[in-house]
Amino acid sequence: MNVMLNSLPFLMQGLLVTLRVSGIVVAAALVLGVLFGVGLSFGPRWVAWPLRIYSDLIRGLPLLVLIFCVYYMLPLTGLNVTSFWAAVAALAAFQSAHVAEVTRGAVQSIPPGQHEAGKSIGLTFSQRMIYVVFPQALRRFLPPWINTVVSTVQGSALVSLVGIVDLMLAIQQVIGRTFKPMPMYILGALIYFVINYALSLMSRMLEARFAYVRE
Amino acid sequence: MQYHLNYNFIWKYFDRLAWGLALSLELATIGILIGCIIGLALAVLSHGAGRPVRFVVGAYVEFIRNVPLLLLVYLVFYGIPSVGGFAYDATTSFTMTLAVYAGAYLVEVFRAGLDAIPKGLIDAGRAIGLTPAQRVLHVQLPTMFRIVLPSLGNAFISLFKDTSLATVLAVPELMYGANWIYTNTFRIVEVWTVVAPMYLVTGFILLGCLRLLERRFAIRRR
Repeated sequence: MNVMLNSLPFLMQGLLVTLRVSGIVVAAALVLGVLFGVGLSFGPRWVAWPLRIYSDLIRGLPLLVLIFCVYYMLPLTGLNVTSFWAAVAALAAFQSAHVAEVTRGAVQSIPPGQHEAGKSIGLTFSQRMIYVVFPQALRRFLPPWINTVVSTVQGSALVSLVGIVDLMLAIQQVIGRTFKPMPMYILGALIYFVINYALSLMSRMLEARFAYVRE
Repeated sequence: MQYHLNYNFIWKYFDRLAWGLALSLELATIGILIGCIIGLALAVLSHGAGRPVRFVVGAYVEFIRNVPLLLLVYLVFYGIPSVGGFAYDATTSFTMTLAVYAGAYLVEVFRAGLDAIPKGLIDAGRAIGLTPAQRVLHVQLPTMFRIVLPSLGNAFISLFKDTSLATVLAVPELMYGANWIYTNTFRIVEVWTVVAPMYLVTGFILLGCLRLLERRFAIRRR
């Protein structure tokens, strides 16, 4: 018990890193993923096909392999980034592919009549997206998107393996000093659980809230 | 900076990668088999049970789903033996973790599968005089199996990818083989350009096999 209390300030620093990684990745993956998803659904063939290949390749690799690939191969392209940004880039690439699929599913659930109606009153493509499709697709998008946020927080634990002191590595370091693994792992599991369970509950609430709307 | 690709070392130690891949598949297979047993048992148990049982099953599912797999892997391998006073080898430990992890996801899959069995089938079984045990064995389980097959296949593929985490316990699977080669030969780029396609191709082959299996077992409607 004492160990858990004494290590809390140190773990909080790790937690901040975990949250920072997750926050950056979620924001980047949201922007990229929505763009990719729209490209997948409505793009001409030369846009949709490369995106399809990107999404399938990225989702077909274990996240750990992706992180190591980016971490070791990025410097060869002449980009010397810190391990933090290499790991963030890998996670963002991974999650953007997942968000792209979520977006594709949500956007394609909008009946074609809505697009035609938008066209017939003279809206441009981006106007149709912003005023017609996105507001309706939002309720299909939000619950699965929150699940990708949960998986981002979980995936961020893997950045500890390239030496970033996030919550996971902070726990490991405390154990290295105190030799009390069990209390520390349970404390760490509880911290992760609280964050992710809150997100899961939010996803479920939104799902229930949107469930009654039917076309 | 000029980097000269040299694949000689990769082919020299390729057996490590090949055996690693075999072990990855083995871990995923054992994981999903035990996971299916856990998932099916808990789904059946909580199907007709009261509130306390459902709460315990729900707590297990939520806990496992909301904690990173890496933390669970560490917890089972380093944490539990430290208080239990016993030890097990890394492969056993990782397989158990994977099975418990898969079980939490499969409970939901099987529960949905049980709910999706048309009531008419069970009534029909009753009408032709099958006992409750026979109804489960000949009507409910085969129907449920066909319904859950796609989700089960996806769970297997994602479990195969998750076996890469076993490298942190030095279980000699594919990821560990890759780590071994580049720490000993420093041919990092070559290793990843070989290992990443190995994961991808295996994943796509598994996907293809599962789609064939699904078509074979598809419920035909006319």
